[in-house]
Amino acid sequence: MNIHEYQGKEVLRQYGVSVPRGKVAFTVDEAVKAAEELGTGVAVVKAQIHAGGRGKAGGVKVAKNLDEVRQYATDILGKVLVTHQTGPEGKEVKRLLIEEGCDIKKEYYVGLVVDRGTGRVVLMASEEGGTEIEEVAAHSPEKIIKEVVDPAIGLQTFQARRIAYAINIPNELVNKAAKFMLSLYQAFVDKDCSIAEINPLVVTGGGDVMALDAKLNFDSNALFRHKDIVELRDLDEEDEKEIQASKYDLSYIALDGNIGCMVNGAGLAMATMDIIKYFGGEPANFLDVGGGATKEKVTEAFKIILSDANVKGIFVNIFGGIMKCDIIAEGVVAAARELGLDKPLVVRLEGTNVKLGKEILNNSGLNIVAADSMSDGAQKIVALVK
Amino acid sequence: MSILIDKNTKVITQGITGATGAFHAKGALEYGTQMVGGVTPGKGGQTIDFDLENGTKVTLPIFNTVREAVAKTGATASVIYVAPPFAADSIIEAVDAELDLVICITEGIPVLDMVKVKRYMEGKKTRLIGPNCPGVITPEEIKIGIMPGYIHKKGHVGVVSRSGTLTYEAVHQLTTRGIGQSSAVGIGGDPVKGSEFIDILNLFNEDPDTYAVIMIGEIGGTAEEEAAEWVKANMTKPVVGFIGGATAPAGKRMGHAGAIISGGKGTAAEKIKVLEACGIRVAPTPSDMGATLVSVLEERGMLEKCKS
Repeated sequence: MNIHEYQGKEVLRQYGVSVPRGKVAFTVDEAVKAAEELGTGVAVVKAQIHAGGRGKAGGVKVAKNLDEVRQYATDILGKVLVTHQTGPEGKEVKRLLIEEGCDIKKEYYVGLVVDRGTGRVVLMASEEGGTEIEEVAAHSPEKIIKEVVDPAIGLQTFQARRIAYAINIPNELVNKAAKFMLSLYQAFVDKDCSIAEINPLVVTGGGDVMALDAKLNFDSNALFRHKDIVELRDLDEEDEKEIQASKYDLSYIALDGNIGCMVNGAGLAMATMDIIKYFGGEPANFLDVGGGATKEKVTEAFKIILSDANVKGIFVNIFGGIMKCDIIAEGVVAAARELGLDKPLVVRLEGTNVKLGKEILNNSGLNIVAADSMSDGAQKIVALVK
Repeated sequence: MSILIDKNTKVITQGITGATGAFHAKGALEYGTQMVGGVTPGKGGQTIDFDLENGTKVTLPIFNTVREAVAKTGATASVIYVAPPFAADSIIEAVDAELDLVICITEGIPVLDMVKVKRYMEGKKTRLIGPNCPGVITPEEIKIGIMPGYIHKKGHVGVVSRSGTLTYEAVHQLTTRGIGQSSAVGIGGDPVKGSEFIDILNLFNEDPDTYAVIMIGEIGGTAEEEAAEWVKANMTKPVVGFIGGATAPAGKRMGHAGAIISGGKGTAAEKIKVLEACGIRVAPTPSDMGATLVSVLEERGMLEKCKS
């Protein structure tokens, strides 16, 4: 789960991570009032969307007075920002962070991730702050310094210090930087983050080490123990259909194509998208109904697929293991009837009670095209939507 | 022969009194697995009954702790169906009880819990499969997990996969072509897990009854690439592959916690490229996994001996 920069900074502040003073604003007036209250000479107006690259897209402006704050807030609020992370449709800005300006001496990068290879949390840092870490990794990987954390004892002070020296933090600020990293690590493990990225971390003219930006991403598997984090969820940032799906414990991801997919199992659901593409079609979504789908769940899944106006046909691909084919077939028939489905529907069933499932489909009187295999089904639906 | 488990393996179920645990314990008993007991803290001393389809009734003892269950039943393996918030503790308890094998089916364990589990397991004798996996099966001998047993057939092809349903898909394609399996192992869809492809490939390589392997990967991480390099350097048996997620958008978690392309890393295209460069033929579609293996076996003159 993602949260906004201002929320991330609030979480970090609780752990003693140094961040600039700032306030969130939902309107232009609130933005001006926030700048007034901060009482700083220079204020930064920052668009709050769940995507990086805001600066380049014109979503971050430095205001030298309150008039400029008003001007920039007016410009940015309601604007659709298109960055390399938003996709071409962009994201509308509905919140701003108004923050005190700071006297930046140098920018660095500090990040924490769970590394699959070692199965541990890894602290990464680079003296090339401000640039994306993937870019640094591509052109000068030697500039990314890593420390692997032993979960039994946590990040050690010497490791944080070693990183601070390696990225050339000024000598007199090394201890401050080390403390920053230790606090960041504490926040990371306490709140079950999956990514914590501070880019840039800055050293200021006043001798501070602070997080100028903060990107926190949380492990959705661990949200059950972080009610405070769940409250930070911003539904405006999520796809309507994905929100609806999550209510029914369906794993759904919206895509650009026109063939709706309903599959059991994440791996098979991905592979179904792939095979549609292989035969020249475009999948409209990823949808895993899971291992224990009920009739109700299948109906909801259909509703969500059909709420996508681009969908011209549906491919149901089920390998029944625990999930019995007859249950799925009943769900498909009930959903198609209830929704008055008028689009092509191809169903491929395999596995437990497959004969029973096929009989239910055949006797339904509905226009359902049966497929003998995944590739047969994919070819049929691709042909039908053309 | 087989890997990890065979007909002599005695298994306990952690979380046996939960709906999922009880359902799959029964499924395992139906398949012929030696299920010898279960663990549910607070229900020690009770028993649980299973009425099998062949008319027999099986009564299994329930214990409060894994250690006690092991001492009383002689179990060497455990399967875990405990809810995600408590599952990491269950794995650690099973490791502490010195079981040889722990298979964790539970999906949704916090990643940092698994980081601790892996740290705790260092230097211990236990092998962990999963979490978030379908389990392990040695056809016609033993089934531990949630896979449909009847699609499997005893034989000589090993299957290892990050995805449950794609494993069934592969197994089904093999069985319908008359090709049996030595063992099928689901290593799970989480980013931090007990066993990686290399661990299982190594076991298949050493198993005299496994002649070839199907490896099914997906987007996210670099485990497939590492496995491919390992295969090139060490594997004496043919391996064919499939990678799911060629059409998955970057930055989105595709159902499995581990199936995400991040920072341009972990794409299907990159994985397929490395697999092929390492001599692993990759099926062009998930429908072709069986056919791809057959073509490799034919070229090597191994098809007949893989039929069973």
